[in-house]
Amino acid sequence: MNDESFGITTKNKSVNLDFPHNILSNRYRRVTGWRLVAFFVAALVLIPIGVVFSSFFSPETDIWLHLVETTLLGLLINTFWLSLGVVVGTTLLGVSLAWFTAVYEFPGRRFFSWALLLPFAIPAYVTAFVALGIFDFTGPVQTTLRTWFDSDVPWFPDIRGRLGVIIVMTLAFYPYVYLLARNAFLTQGKRSLEAAQSLGLNRRQGFFRVALPMARPWIAGGVMLALMETLADFGTVSVFNYDTFTTAIYKAWFSMFSLSAASQLASLLIIIVFIVIFLEQQFRSRIRYAETKISQHADRIKLTGWHTWAVTGLILFVLFFAFILPVSQLSFWVVNSYTHDFDKQRYLEFLWHSLSLSGLAAFLTCVVAVLMVYSVRRHPDGMTRSAVRVATLGYALPGSVLAVGIFIPIAWLDGQLSGWAMQLFGVETGMLIQGTLVTMLIAYLTRFLAVSHFPIDSAMQRVTRSIDEAAMGLGLSGWSILQKVHLPVLRTGIFTAATLVFVDVMKEMPITLMTRPFGWDTLAVRIFEMTSEGEWEQAALPAITLVLAGLIPIILFMRQTEKTS
Amino acid sequence: MSIPLLKLENIRHSYGEQTVVNDLSLILEKGEIGCLLGPSGCGKTTVLRCIAGFEPVVSGEILINGNEVSNAVFSVPPDKRRIGMVFQDYALFPHLDITANINFGLHQLAKVERRSRVDELLQTVGLIDVAKKFPHELSGGQQQRVALARALAPRPDLLLLDEPFSNLDVNLRERLSIEVREILKNQETTAILVTHDQHEAFTLADQIGVMNQGEIQQWDTAYNLYHRPASRFVANFIGQGVFLPGKVLESFQIKIELGVLTGNIHQERQEILELYDQGSQVEVLLRPDDIVYDDASPLKAVVEHKAFRGADILYTLRLAGGSMVLSLIPSHHNHVIGEIIGIRLEADHVVAFR
Repeated sequence: MNDESFGITTKNKSVNLDFPHNILSNRYRRVTGWRLVAFFVAALVLIPIGVVFSSFFSPETDIWLHLVETTLLGLLINTFWLSLGVVVGTTLLGVSLAWFTAVYEFPGRRFFSWALLLPFAIPAYVTAFVALGIFDFTGPVQTTLRTWFDSDVPWFPDIRGRLGVIIVMTLAFYPYVYLLARNAFLTQGKRSLEAAQSLGLNRRQGFFRVALPMARPWIAGGVMLALMETLADFGTVSVFNYDTFTTAIYKAWFSMFSLSAASQLASLLIIIVFIVIFLEQQFRSRIRYAETKISQHADRIKLTGWHTWAVTGLILFVLFFAFILPVSQLSFWVVNSYTHDFDKQRYLEFLWHSLSLSGLAAFLTCVVAVLMVYSVRRHPDGMTRSAVRVATLGYALPGSVLAVGIFIPIAWLDGQLSGWAMQLFGVETGMLIQGTLVTMLIAYLTRFLAVSHFPIDSAMQRVTRSIDEAAMGLGLSGWSILQKVHLPVLRTGIFTAATLVFVDVMKEMPITLMTRPFGWDTLAVRIFEMTSEGEWEQAALPAITLVLAGLIPIILFMRQTEKTS
Repeated sequence: MSIPLLKLENIRHSYGEQTVVNDLSLILEKGEIGCLLGPSGCGKTTVLRCIAGFEPVVSGEILINGNEVSNAVFSVPPDKRRIGMVFQDYALFPHLDITANINFGLHQLAKVERRSRVDELLQTVGLIDVAKKFPHELSGGQQQRVALARALAPRPDLLLLDEPFSNLDVNLRERLSIEVREILKNQETTAILVTHDQHEAFTLADQIGVMNQGEIQQWDTAYNLYHRPASRFVANFIGQGVFLPGKVLESFQIKIELGVLTGNIHQERQEILELYDQGSQVEVLLRPDDIVYDDASPLKAVVEHKAFRGADILYTLRLAGGSMVLSLIPSHHNHVIGEIIGIRLEADHVVAFR
């Protein structure tokens, strides 16, 4: 009996690929390694969180107490107002723009609905320093005004304040809300509005009583994403000198040299982020129920008269400040600095660092994401799924938190390693890992795995179990199924994933800044350094390089959506 | 005569170049249930959407209660037409519970009246138990009832139903259409239904318009559509049957391979007389129930196919001349394919086309 079942196992060995719950489970006991991938990455997320929280048991309490007395309340107040401002701003801007482009017809509507995504290409910290460069006291606007009036212009709003940060972040993050809300309005179709009309409501009442409440889960999801970006942001607030947790973490580490204070601050930030994640998941679970089948083609309502002008005006206004103005100012600065003192050698060095780092990170995250997708396919049990869920939560951890949370265990490991080396071989090894790219890459992997996981996972979803079974029925074995079915389907997913991670890493600032090997300056680091000295012009060329890179995923996304619609 | 509740006069609608509704007219009296029946793409849903005011008409006019609501130059917005609509996908509001969904259209009533109206409707459609649930928690049939209750709540002058049962399985479809007819009749609602399913139309409607290519081919009762189709299209679309060649005899009868057809009703012979010249060639429609099994009959046919239907078997029979006919025979007469059986012609109505 035993022999017989063994015989079946070997006979079918080449056939089975993804069927853990069939008679071949024997074979699977040998490949639980698949599962370890998911657990390993989940650990990468959990360890920094654990490390950061364990800092409360460390003895260095005096710095912490000092922080509590002097800055903590300020940080909380700053974070609160910033969050509130960005939530209100992105909601108003995102929802109204989404509604106009999803339901109405007006000249240029198709173009505008894409153009409104363009601000995604500009990192918030770039918009931030350009805004300062233009509207600050020494900027062209105030200077011109002073010459016109031949006096000071004290009535000119001070952009360096809280309002300035909120406006800049709203302009940078509203596309999240816009994109999701627009999706909601488009998929609702006109059906629900028609139902409301057949029940005696006019169009305006229909918007407030039907379309808006139905889109609420999407809108809330978009707002939560914008809020997570706000909490994670380091670059913008440092440009504005607006103290939040991320800048406080940086200062605690690099000015007060207290890693434990930095991680205590980080743990507070994590708590705030977790609250936001929790809310976001609540909203997302409701989307499932609110989703409707796409209804037939919906004719758009033609805008007429001054309505057209008002809507077009609003869109142009947003586009001007969120994209056109920053890009033009950057280009102007680039041309200016190019003719003055352009250090080509250094620029190429920053560029090379950015590109190679992003390339490595993209490769690493994609490999891990593919392995994870397969581990779920082979072990579609609760354990593996939760491991994947935890692993992809890394995206929510702010870069500055991850930098601290990963640096500490690696420093500890380094210490251990050099201790052993000393004991065993009597060699002075120094820091083995700290000074290398490894810390950075692990941090990137943790933070950006979700970005690569999503497209690869959804590509894999398209290969259903019955497709595998059909392939087997047609006589294909495991390896050729992989070659002829899986890889062709996964290819575009992997490509998208790699591109997204590549661009994200290029724009990434806090992890790079805090964990880079000495001298490994990237474009983002260069921008940070130049902007902290107010050298806007020097930061322009790296910034515009990032903007160009940032356009790639938008174009990809555009193409993909055009194809499906 | 009183003013008809709904009147469509020569309405025409087009998407760009393509004419979808072509000079269509119909009249629906108060309390009647009408139906537009036709294959997909025949323009029936467009007619409904024109009545609702979601689509404009290119020419012609629509009157509800004698008031003009649509013509070539203006269109009363849907929310001002006092219509109710049940959508194919129900379009229930997913963010509202059942009570709130039904209550949605009652915004003009006082709070107390609203509550009693909602309760009344929940009672009518039998959904009291699920009043506080959300649409996604209900079955398809329950969602359908909510959609009906929601549309009926504001007491519309006219109820529009767009393929209301097409998302339900067959058994439920029939039960619900009987139920819905009762509800509509009790509430004395005037309604117009759009469907591609003739059984649904037969159970629900008083008057049915068979539509093809944007035109109503025949506006009639179910009985007449089946037994007295006005056109070849209607004859084909409604029920089953075959056409056999025949010749009009001098004595106002039609001779076909199976014998001579004589309509029982005098009037029908008149029709034959009026429409066709003596001696001309025509095509005669034979329904499966027009041919009965008769062992003693000298007329024989070969069994070509058989389809078991439960009480009956639908036989496809080949006549000596080679043409095929259908016959519905009680299922205890179980013949094998290739067997030769005796049949007899037993047609009450003569339906012939040139």
